[in-house]
Amino acid sequence: MSKLVGRILGSRWTKVAIFALCLVPILLLARPLWMLATTGYSADLTANPIEYITHYTGTWTIRFLLITLSVTPLRKIFNQPKLARYRRMLGLFAFFYVCLHFLTWFVLDKFFSFSEMWADILKRRYITVGMLGFAMLLPLAVTSTAGWVRRLGFVRWQRLHRLIYFAALAGVIHYYWLVKSDVRLPLLYGAILAVLMLYRFFIWKQPPPKRAPIPTHKPVATTPRTASLPDS
Amino acid sequence: MLIRKSADLRYSDVTPQPTYLNRRRFLAGSIALGAFGGLAGTARAGKIEDFKKTSYNAGDEKVTPLEAITHYNNFYEFGTDKEDPSKNAGNFRTSPWTLKVEGAVAKPLTFDHDGLMKIAPLEERIYRHRCVEAWSIVVPWIGFPLNALLKQAEPTSKAKYVAFESYYDPKQMPLARWGGIQFPYVEGLRLDEAMHPLTLLAVGLYGDALPNQDGAPIRLVVPWKYGFKSAKSLVKIRLVEKQPPTTWNLSASNEYGFYSNVNPQVDHPRWSQAKERRLGELFRRNTLMFNGYSEVASLYAGMDLRKNF
Repeated sequence: MSKLVGRILGSRWTKVAIFALCLVPILLLARPLWMLATTGYSADLTANPIEYITHYTGTWTIRFLLITLSVTPLRKIFNQPKLARYRRMLGLFAFFYVCLHFLTWFVLDKFFSFSEMWADILKRRYITVGMLGFAMLLPLAVTSTAGWVRRLGFVRWQRLHRLIYFAALAGVIHYYWLVKSDVRLPLLYGAILAVLMLYRFFIWKQPPPKRAPIPTHKPVATTPRTASLPDS
Repeated sequence: MLIRKSADLRYSDVTPQPTYLNRRRFLAGSIALGAFGGLAGTARAGKIEDFKKTSYNAGDEKVTPLEAITHYNNFYEFGTDKEDPSKNAGNFRTSPWTLKVEGAVAKPLTFDHDGLMKIAPLEERIYRHRCVEAWSIVVPWIGFPLNALLKQAEPTSKAKYVAFESYYDPKQMPLARWGGIQFPYVEGLRLDEAMHPLTLLAVGLYGDALPNQDGAPIRLVVPWKYGFKSAKSLVKIRLVEKQPPTTWNLSASNEYGFYSNVNPQVDHPRWSQAKERRLGELFRRNTLMFNGYSEVASLYAGMDLRKNF
């Protein structure tokens, strides 16, 4: 079973399928947007489509950050090293959705006004912390390539990419500070993040584990690619 | 007065009085205006036959499409998402209904569901409605001035404030427990605010009895204050001597004051109130002092509106 899952996870087609799956949230907006553009109204986007899209892309950013942060725990718990192939792609999708989120706000809410944007960033704490999270994701997206892992050296690269913990935390706080009184969803995302971080904390606290048994069907020690599958 | 109640009656059967919707203008208009039609057949509110037009026309601003007014609501008893009330308030029982006027009055009053429509002659008033969340709509309400009711009850000299209470029934409103605010929803006005001719008790909009999600069967409308002051589905109006507690103020007193007048200069602690998005428009427009109802300014003469936000 585990072997079969491993093979599926290792397939190029699975990766293509997951990539397509990650595009579903944005594709789901296409039809309502088309309706909005042609008829002036789409019930799916509510009577306030700009706010709806801002919240929608923001929600998917947090979800993708949490999905990305789930990869390593799931990989270890289920002993599925191939899961690591998906981490970069998922993280980049989080970045993709946060860019849409930011642009919706900057273009449609602020209408490209840098001065208004700065005023909000400085004055509104939920925007301050949201922008902070966005800013932390920028270097991670830039250095997501194998070339940057080499250039930075793995240890430094890994250290840099731990910024995602703080970006996810910023996202959750940003959401929590935005809602008026119904804090269920921000608390849910916060709880999921807490679980994922606690897992890492306990792993880190544990004495260095014996190496997990190396899959018998294929020698992996020689493939250099494992070097780019760090724990984090 | 004829209030027809019929499950078969759809908005599309009764609405298109061109003076309201002026759909041509929407359809011809810019992005995000237009076909707010094709209304869901969920509404069961009856047509209000007899009301008089007035000169309250919100400065000839375009009336917000009915679809937006009925599908973008803050009514936390029915859920906190904007579409929740339209989805969940459909079976809300508004008949039988009891509205009581009590407290510091010479003549306590009680009205049943049909009596609500006969408290005073009904009139249509088109008001701007500005939410504290910085979006706004323009609504053709049908109702009567609150002062017409208060005068019937004859407030005593002890009456300094008016406290409003909304209906609450956890059985009919199971989602209220997740709202994060206390129920029943309570609101309040100073007596002079309540007596101001702009302050309305609404029983309908767009020519129909109020849809459930908009606060059926009777609600308060105070157009120069943020929307949450205009409590929905009223069961009690009590005249009192001391400033009454109000729900959002109890929830976060630093964010929602007792007065909550629309004021572009006094920000919500977490967001700006300088601009608002009119539903149906793409970009934000400037928010007006007292939501454009400058005639109420004298009510607050000499008051520091930053402190009394």
